[in-house]
Amino acid sequence: MPDADTREEAPSPARAKKVSAPSVEHELQLYYWMKLIRAFEDRVARLSRQNKIFGGVYSGAGQEAICTGICAPLQPGDFVAPLHRDLGVFLMRGADPGRLMAQLMAKENGLSRGKDSGLHGGDLENGIFGSTSMLGSSLPVAVGAALKFKMKKDKNIAVAFFGEGAASRGDVHEAMNFAGVHKLPVLFVCENNRFAYSTPLEKQMAIENVADRARAYGFPGHVVSGNDLLAVVAVSDRLVDRMRKGGGPELVECKTYRYRGHSEHDPALYRDKNELIEWEARDPIPQYEFFLEKKGHDLKRIREEVDERAKQVVQAAVEFAEQDAMPDPSEAMEDLYAPPLSGSPFSTNGRK
Amino acid sequence: MEITYIQAINQALHEEMGRDENVFVMGEDVGELGGAFKVTEGLLAKFGEERVIDTPISEALIVGAGIGAAVMGMHPVVEMQFADFISCGFDQIVNMAATLRYRHGGRAACPLVIRAPSGAGVHGALFHSQNPEAWFTRVPGLKVVTPATVYDAKGMLKSAIRDGNPVVYFEHKRLYRSLKQDIPEGEFTVPLGVAEIRQPGTDLSIITYGGTLHQSLDAARIVEKEDGISIEVVDLRTLLPLDRNAILETAKKTGKVLVVHEDRLTGGIGGEVAAIIAENAFEYLDAPIRRVAAMDTHTAFAPSLEQAILPNTNKIADAIRNLAAY
Repeated sequence: MPDADTREEAPSPARAKKVSAPSVEHELQLYYWMKLIRAFEDRVARLSRQNKIFGGVYSGAGQEAICTGICAPLQPGDFVAPLHRDLGVFLMRGADPGRLMAQLMAKENGLSRGKDSGLHGGDLENGIFGSTSMLGSSLPVAVGAALKFKMKKDKNIAVAFFGEGAASRGDVHEAMNFAGVHKLPVLFVCENNRFAYSTPLEKQMAIENVADRARAYGFPGHVVSGNDLLAVVAVSDRLVDRMRKGGGPELVECKTYRYRGHSEHDPALYRDKNELIEWEARDPIPQYEFFLEKKGHDLKRIREEVDERAKQVVQAAVEFAEQDAMPDPSEAMEDLYAPPLSGSPFSTNGRK
Repeated sequence: MEITYIQAINQALHEEMGRDENVFVMGEDVGELGGAFKVTEGLLAKFGEERVIDTPISEALIVGAGIGAAVMGMHPVVEMQFADFISCGFDQIVNMAATLRYRHGGRAACPLVIRAPSGAGVHGALFHSQNPEAWFTRVPGLKVVTPATVYDAKGMLKSAIRDGNPVVYFEHKRLYRSLKQDIPEGEFTVPLGVAEIRQPGTDLSIITYGGTLHQSLDAARIVEKEDGISIEVVDLRTLLPLDRNAILETAKKTGKVLVVHEDRLTGGIGGEVAAIIAENAFEYLDAPIRRVAAMDTHTAFAPSLEQAILPNTNKIADAIRNLAAY
């Protein structure tokens, strides 16, 4: 049973409709984001099998509703520290899809200019912080961004994504404790996909919900179905709004499931096949399509339009990335040091 | 105006916080208490608790939150209460901060200063005596500074705050109140990455930094007076990036080099200094490069052990004489 202070969000759409009914335009846009993320992921997986992607590919397939729902109410100037599976954060926050694909192909115009793999390349001009492989270590950083917002009385908020795996790390405890003490505008989003690489939930924690820990830090924790976009949007809208008004930190735990292995090279033979099948039956995209259809939308037409739009964006990204060059060897020593302080924190040192 | 080393650091913080409202201080007991050593004394009263933040005992948070604020345009100066505790924030420094600009393709900066009171000789034993600078001097993306004079303590901290990169600033605890110097009243900074010749000489070079600068100068004076040899003393001041030119110039000038540091011998920066000279100025050398450093053990508590382990003026003087006689 969830802790008494952990608010279990009722299944949508009933509750979602009551709390915040998205406008027609908005609800279709959210559909587009989920479909774009899935299309991008699928293409990346295929490119990986063709050896066109370098390094590990960490699929977020099945978890699209989380990025989409959490990012939906965010505004320019907000700070987001995504996870290695949160491709959706990059797309929704305005990272260029071509540069994102180039990033995965280790190309010169990738977000990190070929310096680091996967989704480590951040895009701070769009408020996206590049993580490291030490998952959970972005939480103190997001807390620092929130500290800045509070010090400068900005209306912006910080969002830190982490998995239930990273929840076991000391950085997560330190970050949440400090955020609680200072009532900082930071939303901690736990994507609980039930596996830390191969280690199942029951070997990671002795309690039911990561969200139950929030009470120990002095702020609310919430549990939501991470496969239900409307439920995620509802909680995200409400919490982000509350934080912008000075409400202090919040922890939302999104229950979900990792479809693929830890990375594309991992067949994930350690898990029960039936479990995967059960979760695939709760796929966030058909769930949301069911909602759209019930709302009276012509789903077939919308799906065709959205699929076509997503396909074009992905195709253009692939074309951009494939024609892009590998960085010149002379670049190895570039981007280590910034010049002395000037105006912008995002110092480009003459780079584009 | 004559002030102490610790007052110089305090002045630099006061002046930089007064100059730039984006500068703030964060760490354990830095507010009401003014820091375990009183380095941040008076800051809370002057700048308020929004800019002088007492934290829980959470080194990863202190560094990590500093990074988050820095990438958003702030210029935090965070304190590790003792340099020994910096290991608890190690991942945030070497993985999060040091790679930040690199992994963002040059489109981000992390103007963060991490102050760390280091050094032995104060009966601090295993966990209040450490000199962990060499853990950081091989991490690209960081700068590592070790000011040894009152003037540098102030000028280099001001430069570090304005630098635009993560700077680990090691301040030697033994110098806090033992070192006094007249420094100018007005504004000055000391550039990072530039060594300083503390005393010119022609027969032998000592290359050192931090706490052992003063022991090296004392030893040099004793040997110069007693043995009539001329000794050049070079203070590295910054360990990353190293001032390679200054190292090579003094080696070429005297042909005999003694490297001195309080950090342990094995893996200390002295080995790198020796390698730079061996690779680039071998033909100028008249003797092997020698090193005086702490023994390869922990900094033990009993005074008899501590004295045996650490470098001191006598050990340096003996090493000078041996090298001069080679």
